[in-house]
Amino acid sequence: MRNPAAGKAHTQTNYNMETVIATRWIMACYVDDVPENGGSCIKHGDEQIAIFNFTRRNEWYATQNLCPHKQQMAISRGMIGSTGENCEPKVACPFHKKTFSLLSGECIGDEDLSIKTYPVKITDGKVFIGIA
Amino acid sequence: MSKPTIIVVGNGMVGYKFCEKLLARSAQFQIIVFGEEPRHAYDRVHLSEYFNGKTADDLSLSTLSWYTDNGITLHLDDPIQEINRAEKTIHSLKGVTLKYDYLVLATGSSAFVPDIPGIEKEGVFVYRTIEDLELIKACAANAKSGAVMGGGLLGLEAAKALIDLGITETHVIEFAPRLMPRQIDSAGSSMLQMKLSQLGLHIHLNKSTAAIVGDKKISSLKFNDDSQLPVDMLVISAGIRPRDELARLAGLHVGTRGGIIVNEKMQTSDEYIYAIGECALYEGMIYGLIAPGYEMADVAAAHLTAADKGFYGYDMSTKLKLIGVDVASFGDAFITEPDCRTILFEDTHKGIYKRINITNDGKNLLGGILIGDAEAYNMLLQTVNNKIVLPPDPEDLILGSRGGETNAGAGVMSLPDDALICSCEAVTKGAICDAVNTGGVTNIDGIKKCTKAGTGCGGCVPLVKDLVAGTMKANGQYVKNVICEHFDYSRQELFDLVKIGGLKNYDLVLDHYGKGDGCEVCKPVVASILSSLWNDVIVKQEVIQDSNDRFLANIQKGGTYSVVPRIPGGEITPDKLIVIGQVAKRYGLYTKITGGQRIDMFGAHLSDLPLIWEELIDAGFESGHAYGKALRTVKSCVGSTWCRFGLHDSVTFAIEIEDRYKGIRAPHKIKGGVSGCVRECAEAQSKDFGIIATEKGWNLYVCGNGGSKPQHAQLLATDIDKETLVKYLDRFLMFYIKTADQLTRTATWLNKLDGGMSYLKNVIVNDSLGLGEQLEEEMQTLVNTYHCEWKEAVNNPAMRKRFAHFINAPEEKDPHAQFEPMREQVRAKEW
Ligand SMILES: Cc1cc2nc3c(=O)[nH]c(=O)nc-3n(C[C@H](O)[C@H](O)[C@H](O)COP(=O)(O)OP(=O)(O)OC[C@H]3O[C@@H](n4cnc5c(N)ncnc54)[C@H](O)[C@@H]3O)c2cc1C
Ligand code: SF4
Ligand code: SF4
Ligand code: FES
Repeated sequence: MRNPAAGKAHTQTNYNMETVIATRWIMACYVDDVPENGGSCIKHGDEQIAIFNFTRRNEWYATQNLCPHKQQMAISRGMIGSTGENCEPKVACPFHKKTFSLLSGECIGDEDLSIKTYPVKITDGKVFIGIA
Repeated sequence: MSKPTIIVVGNGMVGYKFCEKLLARSAQFQIIVFGEEPRHAYDRVHLSEYFNGKTADDLSLSTLSWYTDNGITLHLDDPIQEINRAEKTIHSLKGVTLKYDYLVLATGSSAFVPDIPGIEKEGVFVYRTIEDLELIKACAANAKSGAVMGGGLLGLEAAKALIDLGITETHVIEFAPRLMPRQIDSAGSSMLQMKLSQLGLHIHLNKSTAAIVGDKKISSLKFNDDSQLPVDMLVISAGIRPRDELARLAGLHVGTRGGIIVNEKMQTSDEYIYAIGECALYEGMIYGLIAPGYEMADVAAAHLTAADKGFYGYDMSTKLKLIGVDVASFGDAFITEPDCRTILFEDTHKGIYKRINITNDGKNLLGGILIGDAEAYNMLLQTVNNKIVLPPDPEDLILGSRGGETNAGAGVMSLPDDALICSCEAVTKGAICDAVNTGGVTNIDGIKKCTKAGTGCGGCVPLVKDLVAGTMKANGQYVKNVICEHFDYSRQELFDLVKIGGLKNYDLVLDHYGKGDGCEVCKPVVASILSSLWNDVIVKQEVIQDSNDRFLANIQKGGTYSVVPRIPGGEITPDKLIVIGQVAKRYGLYTKITGGQRIDMFGAHLSDLPLIWEELIDAGFESGHAYGKALRTVKSCVGSTWCRFGLHDSVTFAIEIEDRYKGIRAPHKIKGGVSGCVRECAEAQSKDFGIIATEKGWNLYVCGNGGSKPQHAQLLATDIDKETLVKYLDRFLMFYIKTADQLTRTATWLNKLDGGMSYLKNVIVNDSLGLGEQLEEEMQTLVNTYHCEWKEAVNNPAMRKRFAHFINAPEEKDPHAQFEPMREQVRAKEW
């Protein structure tokens, strides 16, 4: 169900995305609502979505806010970073530091866990999230 | 076409290991497991840790999904009741009947319960399963005294557990004339008995129990010599009985004293049925330890997959864990002259007894006993097992082990490649060195992952660490604790670099000295370094702060936070108490007094935090830094202002000290204590620094630690005045902050410090490095730049904005944060 490519970050330089994936974009918040190199959480209906402003890489990511480890709404409060040769971007849940790839949502080191990821695009200082 | 079916009876440690070993060898079997216990296999060896806060989950050997993922059908809570060997079927309690091609009995053993009148009374327990421990725990809550029947390995472990459960009067009743009769001799037993008495255990030897007295519930034990011992509870640990009832019923051959007879391939008298673990009897012997059980599992798995492997007995060397007294016995511990030469070492003052037995030609070690100091155990065991030729003065083996760490390291490297290092997982020295040499492994976690060494009983972990370090050294690799994949430096090195470079934020540090984009390990380390160096407001760099530092509060179950205002020295006015009460009421917070003499308020929503703090700050409170790796509290006793024993004013001093060091970030949290006299009501000697009033001034103790590995603080200076004390404390704390690895408490730091306490004393008191003045100045700068982080956060609109759960709906709270009522307050909902 999860398409790893759909989680890829989209920066301003990424054009034409709408034609690649049929996606409904919702306006989530403003760029400066999300701390640099950190995350914030937004509410979309009953869903909670974590948004990350990876300033260091000039990339944005979005994932579910629920940590599947102990069902805590906390991913947005986690630290982001990278791992491995290819500098895979990741986020660590603040509770027990399970880390998840921001690209695929897979938990690093625990194959049984994973989180949903969403595409992000930035237009006019606004952050949009693609809801499948 | 269809796979042959293997049914495993028993989902204990060995049954589980069998599945693992079989899967590793072949995928051609259909595996079905029946377990009598309600939970899947867990670590019985570390069962006692259940009392120290480990949960059943923590003890599990795998996840439940491991079974399904590997195609294993697991029936829990459903014991097998009957085997029909003619039809090759089994029948379970819940009525399942299944056909097998091969049957593996891993039914373990049960506690042996002697037939004593009254044994069925309430308050009498065995010590075998998680359920047993739950019952014991419940009973211990209302018990004042308890006894353990049996002074063997397990009995002593159970006795220690009773003490840990708060039963101050704990007795051990042993039938034999000595403790641990299977492992140690009588001289060793007397020494052990002395040490255990110091721990508060009452030992009774040569006692046989005649009856258990009491109405419904046990009230006392009656012995054969007509004496009585009143107790509220009894744990029986008088040995084990192999669970062979199923095998017996099926007509398999069993031993006269129990146990299912097996051959060296683990086959019973029916070639389609195997028995492994504690239920198996090999050459008249039950092997009641985990390592041989695992070996049996592998032998059976090998035989089923037509591989060549046999079981030929096992080394039963043991080291007692947990009890707080080192006890070890290895090889042939009991052999006596003239069949060997025995070397004894005894120090009654320190409570040390060592015995080694060597061959008459002095070449080989046969076995021995260590009480009070078992540091050399692993190495000696290796020396026996690998028949390593002894040095010309074999007594060095037991006398020279103190402080001879370099020797021990070299010793490890001199082992042959096929020396078995981890017996639980059968990993050799060669395999471990290989993982370092070709697998690029550089630490124990890596070794655990790639070889499984050290994942069993864990006894081999120190040896494995030495091997890894030794191999790396031999390769010319520099052994150091680098922070993580992004920084090739230890914390101390990075600290110096950041200071010299004058770098003030994380990205700059990463650009200069690191690579990649950082992670949850290095970010908080750098945050702590920056803070220790420049003492800037940490929320300015919120995103590199650890979970709690990010929102200046401790994250709790459910995602709410707890709030702890500073209450220096534990002194608080009635007015301030009222404010705390009002705030807690207004925001629906659960309140509790902490161990550090202050008040914790739990259950605050993220968006309420600034509001709560605004009120607290208005009433004169400051941040308590309960969330930070920083000074927490300086606990004090009431001292000379009220106490009739008090020599000096301990409260005032505690407040002064707490105010001086508040807010200073360190590699780990720091706690202090000040007592007004030697009675030590503030428990200062369990703190990172402890101050105790004397007739002539104050004594300063450092590097104590509560927590999971308690350690007493050690005396740094005697009878000094306040000024000198603060000077030493400045130097000590700053030296620690600058040189310790991340997340290392002062106690661990000291343990790793070359030269230990005498070196530290030299640096701090005698200023041997000439650093004294510099350290004092650096500390003074930190003291001068103190600010209350919460005040800054509350007064800064940009920072305040971050305290919202939903950034697009800041007024809404997280609906997932839920509470349940408890004793007129609330608690977080269970996860
Ligand atoms: C408190 C404690 C501390 C210990 N410490 C150490 C130590 O430090 N070092 C060490 O080496 N060893 C130690 N041991 C011993 C070690 O735990 C055992 O050697 C090991 O658990 C044996 O494994 P097993 O699988 O043979 O038996 P078990 O782990 O007992 O498993 C047998 C399982 O089979 C189940 N079963 C029985 N009959 C049936 C049936 N008919 N149908 C279905 N299921 C059935 C039982 O309920 C049980 O779950 C300790 C034991 C205890 C209790
Ligand atoms: S895991 Fe046990 S850890 Fe390794 S030596 Fe023990 S016997 Fe052993
Ligand atoms: S430590 Fe001494 S001074 Fe302090 S309360 Fe106890 S008895 Fe009194
Ligand atoms: S709840 Fe996220 S890691 Fe445990």
